[in-house]
Amino acid sequence: MATVRIPTPLRKLTQGKEEVVASGATIGALIASLEASFPGLKERICDDAGQVRRFVNIFANDEDIRFLKNLDTPVKDSDEISIVPAIAGGR
Amino acid sequence: MTPAATTAAPAAIRTSFVLGMRCQACGHTLDACATQVCEECFGPLGIAYDDDAIARVLTRQVIESRPRNMWRYEELLPLTRPPSVGAGTGMTPLVKADRLARALGVDELWIKDDGACHPTLSFKDRVVSVAVSKAIELGLDTVACASTGNLANATAAQAAVAGLKCVVFIPDNLEPAKVLGTSIYGAEVIAIRGTYDDVNRICTEIADRYPWGFVNVNLKPFYAEGSKTVGFEIAEQLGWRVPAHTVVPMAGGSLLTKIAESYQQLARFGLLGDAPSSPAHKARVHGAQGAGCAPIVEMVRENREQIRPIKTPATIAKSLAIGNPADGHEARQAISSSGGFAAAATDQEIIAGMRLMAETEGLFVETAGGAAVAALRHLLASGHIGRGDGPIVLCNTGHGLKTQDPLLGVLPAPTSMRPTLANFEAHLRSRR
Repeated sequence: MATVRIPTPLRKLTQGKEEVVASGATIGALIASLEASFPGLKERICDDAGQVRRFVNIFANDEDIRFLKNLDTPVKDSDEISIVPAIAGGR
Repeated sequence: MTPAATTAAPAAIRTSFVLGMRCQACGHTLDACATQVCEECFGPLGIAYDDDAIARVLTRQVIESRPRNMWRYEELLPLTRPPSVGAGTGMTPLVKADRLARALGVDELWIKDDGACHPTLSFKDRVVSVAVSKAIELGLDTVACASTGNLANATAAQAAVAGLKCVVFIPDNLEPAKVLGTSIYGAEVIAIRGTYDDVNRICTEIADRYPWGFVNVNLKPFYAEGSKTVGFEIAEQLGWRVPAHTVVPMAGGSLLTKIAESYQQLARFGLLGDAPSSPAHKARVHGAQGAGCAPIVEMVRENREQIRPIKTPATIAKSLAIGNPADGHEARQAISSSGGFAAAATDQEIIAGMRLMAETEGLFVETAGGAAVAALRHLLASGHIGRGDGPIVLCNTGHGLKTQDPLLGVLPAPTSMRPTLANFEAHLRSRR
């Protein structure tokens, strides 16, 4: 089971939990498994076409999944997945 | 000292025109607080103003009667109390650049020079003045930011003025001189092993857990509003008209987006020209980035909505090197809807732009300013800007003294000679 860090806007759906565990061989499968445990979570992360919303970034062990294989990025049990709002920055 | 303290009738409590925050994607509303993200859809939060109330009180005469700083547009800024910092910030020179105009072959060119912004010589003084004042309104005792330069300087300086604790997060490969320009103000500096985008991500996660005001993360909706004052000032300094073209350096894309918005706001409140319907829609905004990190330029060129992030930015315009720009989508939209375009500048073009600006206008601009000059050249060549279209404004975002590294070894070395007239005259002959 991978560890998933949940940002504040989604914690209403995870009973306030900052971190949850979820299974899945890929990020896409992991999101489906999160949805099974916490209904409503997938539609907050993904758009109608099933793609990650443009306001959301997902990191697998600190790497942006857009630099990996997006939703097909493989996930191992020891992995740490972070869901992070995209809206930050300006240096 | 606040601007109110410099006027005849200081006000301890002023009328607030802020209704709250509104998601720019789904329209969800909430009270003003330290967050940047819509809890419903993750969309960016903006500030909701009481436009009707503003329209009743805001006139050009009211603005012109106030001190010459960024707070003269206070109705259009997101504070509910007089600002705590930034009394000297804003109203930077709009320089008529006739020699640069001749060099580039255009009729009318101006430089909005935020290299002269108080107190840390970049436009970040504006956004940080808003964010730090808001942090105090919200009762926060620590401000922080993710930055490599200008923002770090501005945040550390204004936190010192306000007496707040300040923590600045930087990538760990910064040159010592850049760190020094922040440490001097007493800020704690934490070096993260990674890129700027890594620093940004960890700051987003820290802001989610600790009650700190990250100026460019959870205070971003307020912070970004400060950038509108660049556009307000440009229009006021041009005699309450908007330029035909504005060329703006882009990092995260927020400055450009907010300048475009400022022109629209001035038009909406009837502050432009003699007629309330002055054509803000004809104010085209154009973006400039470094060629080694131009994700927003690529979106504009390819008319694409999704950002394709740059993993390893490679440009000497370090202040523009954001591979994953938070406001890329909004900037692309602002550019396209205004009829503008975007261009990227190579390192050589950026240096040439800096030198041309210095040699024609006596302005030592940062690399981002050099990128704006280079982008203007490209946009003239491609026909996106016409030489006789009307006023063109180039935005310079910071002083060149802060970004000297790329110039080392590029400029001519001093001529060394012994102190005799014969040596000097021999030198003069050798120059002919």
